[in-house]
Amino acid sequence: MKDTLLEIKDLNVIYKTYEGTVAAVNGVDFALDRGKTLGLVGESGAGKTTTALSIMGLVPSPPGIIQRGRVTFAGQDLLTLPEKDMKKIRGNRISMIFQDPMTSLNPVLSVGLQISEALVAHQNLSEAEAERKAAEMLEKVQIPGARYREYPHEFSGGMRQRVVIAMALACNPRLIIADEPTTALDVTIQAQVLELMRSLKEEFATAMIMITHDLGVVGEVCDDVAVMYAGRIVEMGSLDQIFGNAMHPYTLGLFRCIPDIEEESSTIHPIEGLMPEPLDLPKGCPFHPRCPQCMEVCRQVVPEACEDNGHRVLCHLFGGGERRA
Amino acid sequence: MLRYFTKRLIFLIPVLLGVSIVIFAIVHLAPGDPAEVMLGPSATQEDIGKLREQLGLTKPLYVQYWIFLTNALKGDLGRSIKSNAPVLEEILERFPATLTLASLGMLFAITVGLPLGVLAALKQNTWVDALCSFFALVGFSIPNFWVGLMLMLLLSITIPILPSSGFDSWKNLIMPTIVLGIQTMAVIARMTRSSMLEVIRQDYVRTARAKGISDRLVLTRHILTNVMIPVVTIAGIYFGHSLGGVVITETIFSIPGLGRLIVDAIRAQDYPVVQGGVLFFALCVGIVNLLVDLLYAVLDPRIKAQYRSAK
Ligand SMILES: Nc1ncnc2c1ncn2[C@@H]1O[C@H](COP(=O)(O)OP(=O)(O)OP(=O)(O)O)[C@@H](O)[C@H]1O
Ligand SMILES: [Mg+2]
Repeated sequence: MKDTLLEIKDLNVIYKTYEGTVAAVNGVDFALDRGKTLGLVGESGAGKTTTALSIMGLVPSPPGIIQRGRVTFAGQDLLTLPEKDMKKIRGNRISMIFQDPMTSLNPVLSVGLQISEALVAHQNLSEAEAERKAAEMLEKVQIPGARYREYPHEFSGGMRQRVVIAMALACNPRLIIADEPTTALDVTIQAQVLELMRSLKEEFATAMIMITHDLGVVGEVCDDVAVMYAGRIVEMGSLDQIFGNAMHPYTLGLFRCIPDIEEESSTIHPIEGLMPEPLDLPKGCPFHPRCPQCMEVCRQVVPEACEDNGHRVLCHLFGGGERRA
Repeated sequence: MLRYFTKRLIFLIPVLLGVSIVIFAIVHLAPGDPAEVMLGPSATQEDIGKLREQLGLTKPLYVQYWIFLTNALKGDLGRSIKSNAPVLEEILERFPATLTLASLGMLFAITVGLPLGVLAALKQNTWVDALCSFFALVGFSIPNFWVGLMLMLLLSITIPILPSSGFDSWKNLIMPTIVLGIQTMAVIARMTRSSMLEVIRQDYVRTARAKGISDRLVLTRHILTNVMIPVVTIAGIYFGHSLGGVVITETIFSIPGLGRLIVDAIRAQDYPVVQGGVLFFALCVGIVNLLVDLLYAVLDPRIKAQYRSAK
């Protein structure tokens, strides 16, 4: 790793609820280089958003507790950083795009104000300068700057998400975390927004974590891929490694889930069963109840990561760097 | 937008018409004869008859109502039976005291209730929250006449620092303001708390935090503006409600306001004053509701847009 921007080591996050303790993130490890895009994929409840919020220092507390781990961003340990300094990073050097554009903008404030806020907070701009810059950002996401004073309800879903993107890019951050930025949009708009994000990412030379459960999106925009299951990264590697040589049974299952348009029959092969309740994870490998290649050891022992040329997998089928099955 | 409000203003007319019919009916169908009251027990049947004639009380009710209505539209609410002064004049003379009291009560309710609710929500499930909620519950539950009497007992008699009646200095206003505002205060505090808890977990608040702006800005700009919308609704409703409290408050503290005027008029069977006073109250409530709607448009651009498109 020559030019590491973000490094997460052994991150553990739990939520303490009335029903019990939810182990949302269980020892996540990954690193991201400057300017690169990492795809974080996984089913609903895998802990993707929680991982992202941990980086932002925004895990809701209560009920969330970051138990263990290190998040190093440009040499700084974010988890031990005082809130005051964290505020200088949030929205400035790391910014986040949230899932639902319909609810992530404040309905009673103009979009222009919502974009300029970060500029005023981080770049010491006067209100007027911030306003000009915010209008410029609007233009960047293909919305006329003249609509600066309009309110979120005056925009369509796709435009709102573009406003959110403008907001996230306003201070030219080093890292953008996009949490399912296109899930709530319809397919044609999804493509537009993705294309926009990709071109802006290039223009601003920003690193990005793209959270999604859509492998198609990953294939289009990511350099690296991390597959998350029940709070763990079960497989990680470059785009080619994952798309060309997926190893973990869960990853293979995910690929089988993509409907193949070329194929005549439209059978999808979903992974059997549901992700375990994070309230009580099964003993051993958390995927074993659904795994088609489950072995005896899988029921008893949590697998250790094994890595080969940057391709990491967390499965008993693979040990010592070579395939056993 | 102006058109929307003109329309709303016009809609006030049927409301006032309805109120006028109801109050007219109640006053005129109630037992008791104003002519008898005016002349006293020693009057002869003949004198009473003559006076009834003069007052127009012998005409059929619907004719009487028509006369009342057409005069009222011209701003003439008749003359007081007791003082013979024009009713409108009497009302306008008493109105400033009532307006002052009602406004102060509302001001008290908001300046105490809002921070209390915000505090309770920010310290959710702590003793601070419990204390605020308890305070709000008490404020809401105890009848305001009792609050008035207890305050008077405490602050005018046991520790005589405030005058118990009259309307000459700011000191006279303190207790009535509390009595009038306490229930609205409690309602606002509770509404603010629940609205805060709702807004705090909205996505847009998280978005705001993710921008790295100060906590104070998140609270005032992103949270409170949204919290205010339901709070204003409830405050508007309770403002009308608290006008009822004006009657009690003015009576307890002998404040020469509109409420007292009406109560005294009812006792004296001075029906033109009762009619006129109630109608005036109804007009006030209507106007306050309109102002609340206007405030909505200021607070919420979505509502403003609705007003615009509503022709
Ligand atoms: N505020 C919270 N309180 C309690 N539990 C929570 C909270 N937020 C998340 N969780 C739980 O933590 C686990 C991980 O949630 P998270 O939101 O990180 O998943 P995700 O991968 O982002 O899922 P999705 O694709 O649905 O967004 C889930 O089981 C979820 O129920
Ligand atoms: Mg999520």
